[in-house]
Amino acid sequence: MKIMVAVKRVVDYAVKIRVKPDKTGVETQNVKMSMNPFCEIALEEALRIRESGLASEVVAVSVGPAQCVDTLRTGLAMGADRGIHVEFKDGLNPLSVAKVLRALVEAEKPGLLILGKQAIDDDCNQTGQMLAGLLKWPQGTFASKVTLDKEKRVATVDREVDGGIETVLLDLPAVITTDLRLNQPRYATLPNIMKAKSKVIKKYTPEDLNVEIKSDLEVLQVTEPPKRKAGVVVSSVNELIDKLKNEARVI
Amino acid sequence: MKMDRWRASARRILKLSSRPNPAPRFTRDHSNPVRYGIVSSGLLHCSGGSCGGIRCYLGHKQSLSDHLQARAFALGASLIQIRCFGSIATKIQRNPKFATINSDDIRYFRDLLGEKNVKQDEDALLAANMDWMRKYKGSSKLLLLPRSTEEVSQILKYCNSRCLGVVPQGGNTGLVGGSVPVFDEVIVNLGSMNKVISFDEVSGILVSEAGCILESLVNFLDNKGFIMPLDLGAKGSCQIGGNVSTNAGGLRLLRYGSLHANVLGLEAVLANGDVLDMLGTLRKDNTGEGSLGIVTKVSILTPPKLSSVNVAFLACTDYLSCQKLFLEARRKLGEVLSAFEFLDEQAMDLALNHLEGVRNPLPTALHKFYVLIETTGSDEQSDKEKLEAFLVHSLEGGLISDGVVAQDIQQASSVWNIREGLPEALMKAGAVYKYDLSIPVEKIYDIVEEMRNKLGHSARVVAYGHLGDGNLHLNISCPQYDDAVLAQIEPFVYEWTSKNRGSISAEHGLGLMKAEKIFYSKSPAAVQLMASVKNLLDPNHILNPYKVLPQSLSFP
Repeated sequence: MKIMVAVKRVVDYAVKIRVKPDKTGVETQNVKMSMNPFCEIALEEALRIRESGLASEVVAVSVGPAQCVDTLRTGLAMGADRGIHVEFKDGLNPLSVAKVLRALVEAEKPGLLILGKQAIDDDCNQTGQMLAGLLKWPQGTFASKVTLDKEKRVATVDREVDGGIETVLLDLPAVITTDLRLNQPRYATLPNIMKAKSKVIKKYTPEDLNVEIKSDLEVLQVTEPPKRKAGVVVSSVNELIDKLKNEARVI
Repeated sequence: MKMDRWRASARRILKLSSRPNPAPRFTRDHSNPVRYGIVSSGLLHCSGGSCGGIRCYLGHKQSLSDHLQARAFALGASLIQIRCFGSIATKIQRNPKFATINSDDIRYFRDLLGEKNVKQDEDALLAANMDWMRKYKGSSKLLLLPRSTEEVSQILKYCNSRCLGVVPQGGNTGLVGGSVPVFDEVIVNLGSMNKVISFDEVSGILVSEAGCILESLVNFLDNKGFIMPLDLGAKGSCQIGGNVSTNAGGLRLLRYGSLHANVLGLEAVLANGDVLDMLGTLRKDNTGEGSLGIVTKVSILTPPKLSSVNVAFLACTDYLSCQKLFLEARRKLGEVLSAFEFLDEQAMDLALNHLEGVRNPLPTALHKFYVLIETTGSDEQSDKEKLEAFLVHSLEGGLISDGVVAQDIQQASSVWNIREGLPEALMKAGAVYKYDLSIPVEKIYDIVEEMRNKLGHSARVVAYGHLGDGNLHLNISCPQYDDAVLAQIEPFVYEWTSKNRGSISAEHGLGLMKAEKIFYSKSPAAVQLMASVKNLLDPNHILNPYKVLPQSLSFP
């Protein structure tokens, strides 16, 4: 069985982001970019499934500008077998990415799709779900545990939901999106980094896949959240009541 | 003894300790005084002999503050090793010429600083009297928190006229007992002087007060696109004034040089209260932490923050390979190399067993040596290629047997945590004898092996350090402090270092721990000169008495 993992190149999780002066977005020049943490977890899960003998190949896919190749190289260094890069400069959105992935699924025919639950730059949490909808495949989102049964061709997924943990049984092929507690991604070891240099990354454009990338959404403005004001130490209960009544207006 | 109270408090500690601690590399915080008291003061009267079996309880007066979570304190079995100071303090006598504090003094300080900044209560004093390693404990009855240079000047002027001993204190993270009183010296803590005075965004020159915590300066500069030229594990608590006084080394010395190179100017207060303003005009040479004056302001040249940082963690089979790797790294990575640290198998074992949230990047085998390499540059792509090419070449050439390259900042921090968390891991493992030696690079591991042969099974010898600077941190870890073990270590380690033309204090300073040992590293003439300078600037010797220089020279 082939597993396809979609990975996204985003601003590194540990970077302090700043909004561009013209408020059109976040500053990404000269800022460290890395693989989205949830995508790393997705890739790690795929690799573990392959290592347990339940899959034969792990393919990493990324949609975006030319530098996405770096992210794919990281994926290959972690252990993915090959990579696919769909090049598109600017203006992607979850629905378009889902359509691109659908086209690739029709070409590659994987038995399982694993994605990160959301990207840390847009926090959309939509691509996995939309893709499952387009493919009409079952989905197990916010996975904190994945168990495959190859004979019965099903996957048991524990999902982290607001009320606790929900367990679902999915027929394969299916789409799984990963949550934080699923696993801890491995480091890229040197032998694997060396092997990655000879692994193949295939290039496509959206036109090759007959997908038109368009958006029905327009970003009007991006601003920073309002700065937290300093707290005030009050000296007596009366003063506290006064402030709650007249300044904060909550009583 | 009050066993029930002890059990209750131990249970509380365990409960607090099991709360998840987010702990990236930055939240190591020793600055907040932990509220604890020693249940019976009788415990401290150990007679200078073997301290086997002496334990201290953690009692508590009020609720333990949340900061007990800070991993600095041993948990689990909840018994902490506290060094028996008898063996140290009995060697030094309190010098009778120093006055003792009386109520007039207290009144003066209260008038000068305000009630809030004159601390005499047990809780505050307990933390300020004890060093981070919990090895040295003074008995000061007075802690002062000046808020300005003027206040520092008045304090010193007064103490000088009364001949009261003074200990300047910052974050109290020193490892040689240099920042805590030996007897009842007045503690002057600069933590309240924590303002950034100015920052020039073009030249990178930062002027700040001495009490600024290193990490807050790093965060301040981060917003402006600059970094501090030094980095140490204690960054969450150490203050810049202390760093400068000790001429702290740290992890970035390899790239940015020592503080000597980066400190452009200082404002300091001399023992007699005179304020020396040399901020930005001259370079001051402060050797002898806290013994020539109290630093109140610093002017530092900060390097621009470069965006591309790469960290690799490698395994080597022997020390010779580590050295060769360093030479190759210097040559192949050149100007982007910013750190080169090594740790041995024992150190790695300790880190994995005693640090929270740390996992082995190379789990497939336990290797004899580990090396951490960091590069910092401006071009992500080219730096990464450079590093990977260098590593692949080293792997093929047999210099390294395995390695990983961190793929994002989170992984880089995790790898650094292993190295930076070693002092803490050592503390949790029991008692530790710590030595900071500067040795010619090719000989660094010889002392480790000799020490292992000498000590056999009685103690565990752990080695790590800044291989790039020839700086070894030799740590001997045993379940309890034991004079028999100490006798095997000292003076052997000092003599060995001296014989091999090394320094017994590469970056930690001399403090109290090595006050009498300076002759191992400096000639008598050099020491005499230091004493003369000290006499010139602090004729009454009120600043940090009993430390840095041998007793015989201090009181002519």
